[in-house]
Amino acid sequence: MDYHANYLKKFEKRTFFMLGDEAAAYGALFARCNFFGGYPITPASETAEIMSRELPNVNGYYVQFEDEIASIGAIIGAAWAGGKTMTATSGPGFSLMQENIGYAVMTETPIVIVDVQRSGPSTGQATKPAQGDVMQARWGTHGDHEIIALAPNSVQECFDLIIDCFNLAEQYRTPVIFLMDGEIGHLREKITMPKFSDVKIFERPKGKGDKPIFGGELIPPMVEFGEGCFVHVTGSTHKESGMRDVESQDVHEKLITRIYDKIESNREKIVRVEEKYMKDARVAVVSYGASARPSLGAVKKARRKKKKVGFMRLITIWPFARKQITELGKKVDKIIVPEMNLGQISREIERFVDCEVISVPKIGGIAHSIDEIYEKIAEVV
Amino acid sequence: MTAKHKHRLMKYLREEILPSKFCAGCGCGTVLNCYAHAIDEMGLDPENVVSVTGIGCSSWIPSPYLKCDTLHTTHGRPLAFATGVKVMKPDMDVVIIAGDGDIAGIGGNHLIHSARRNVDMSVFLVNNFIYGMTGGQVSPTTPIGHRTTTSPYKNIEHPMRIAELVATAGATYVARWTTYHVFPLMESMQNALKKKGFSFIEILSPCPTAHGRRVGMREGQDFLNMFKEKAVRVEKAKDMTEEELEDRIVIGKFVDREREEFTESLRRLNRERINR
Repeated sequence: MDYHANYLKKFEKRTFFMLGDEAAAYGALFARCNFFGGYPITPASETAEIMSRELPNVNGYYVQFEDEIASIGAIIGAAWAGGKTMTATSGPGFSLMQENIGYAVMTETPIVIVDVQRSGPSTGQATKPAQGDVMQARWGTHGDHEIIALAPNSVQECFDLIIDCFNLAEQYRTPVIFLMDGEIGHLREKITMPKFSDVKIFERPKGKGDKPIFGGELIPPMVEFGEGCFVHVTGSTHKESGMRDVESQDVHEKLITRIYDKIESNREKIVRVEEKYMKDARVAVVSYGASARPSLGAVKKARRKKKKVGFMRLITIWPFARKQITELGKKVDKIIVPEMNLGQISREIERFVDCEVISVPKIGGIAHSIDEIYEKIAEVV
Repeated sequence: MTAKHKHRLMKYLREEILPSKFCAGCGCGTVLNCYAHAIDEMGLDPENVVSVTGIGCSSWIPSPYLKCDTLHTTHGRPLAFATGVKVMKPDMDVVIIAGDGDIAGIGGNHLIHSARRNVDMSVFLVNNFIYGMTGGQVSPTTPIGHRTTTSPYKNIEHPMRIAELVATAGATYVARWTTYHVFPLMESMQNALKKKGFSFIEILSPCPTAHGRRVGMREGQDFLNMFKEKAVRVEKAKDMTEEELEDRIVIGKFVDREREEFTESLRRLNRERINR
């Protein structure tokens, strides 16, 4: 029986007023998630609460673990046992998960990690939103790797984009980070759920164990435990067969380069940006997630005052929209970057443009106001 | 070894990776031997086994030597990974073989909570009293007074009593044996594998290379003699005082009880929700 299709019928094509955290949980269910491992943390707990309520209804499994390390470990194990798996956390839990994110990268395990960012470092302002984990999502785990991270800026996108996260995880056999923030996670607004059968699902390519599971092609097919393949999964450097080889330089280089390339060589397929008012723009405001909302408001206000300002929103944070930002840098004179940290993406943009980049940081748990961003625009145009 | 005289237990091993890399006198080979004998006698199908392990010398028993699906995880986390596997594949036998530093040290919290949840898995913890792979640093199980590379003035910490802890935490089967007591260990492994619920055996095992040579036990045989001399059966230990038991090794079966198993509870919950 298709438990997901059966149960989720009652949500189809209906409109709800819900939290971003809750929408992310329902999006995951529409993506056929059937295992959630988690640990309570503000402001991500509502995702776990919905999953604990709904997963048994679709014959899936919610397990609350003793910590975030166990949570991500379990979803990796469950993925190798055939599950579509996720966890949800915030900064402190995301920090604890970093080692096993690297394990998922190294073992090419499709999992989704929701990080509803809050104000840090450390316990910080536990109940307040921030976007301070942008670079941690990129480089938090040790060693060379690429990563995919998406950032929603509405409750509807929490639903829609987490489905994309699951699809990207399966397509590229990699962990995917859903970089929400406390502002969006705890925002309550209207969302409409689609027809279940209309949701596009990328099915996990499955091998029979006759071909290498860890090489041979850019993205090798996975196998599942219990199918007689005697698969050997290890976070140590391994040969295409999966067997450990931690001595050979060429084995390590080949493995890491391939894992890196499967995202890097597909960068343009993965990257998504949203552009508005760009046609005649001399200045562009680039933002993402919650801070993209007042950013767009400020651009609209500037347009009303006949200022030639454009707007670009990064939907994918990683891999970085290198090509789009490079082109933008050639088109405009200045790029304004509002974000709820001290300039993490602003510095990334600086790497790819020659024009002036103006960081508009905001920390302390409050989102930018439209006027704060508008004033920065008005200073330069 | 020629193909003509292939050992009957070879089918349980990843033959292409042999010989093993264990040091002379190490107990890991004995544990591997006992496990292979145990599953052979039981007729356990290796295609239906997932072995999950962490980082350390004894993690090499299943990874790479055991021929089955193998999940070689991060340090200390095999029980967490294994819980995910078991929930999704409840009909598979989930076997964890790993060390004291891994399961009881860095991963101690997962040990307590996996036992509390009573997840159906068999955990064979190889306790060699030391961090062997990293060169012999003091571990949570190192006896007081032992000199190690990071307790150069002798260990001042009390060692952990792992089997007793797991019994208290709620496991359905708990035992302690040593690599000297191979026949009871084999039988105990079979009982653990058959038992529904969290089954745990602490196996005391020699590490002459990274531990023994700094405390006057240069040979594996020195440890086996020590195990033999110090061992006292749990039944007998019940009538002994704490002072009498100091410096003794209590062996035998500590716990064998029935409790509802975690993945069965999860499935019961799902049936209730779906058939509402």
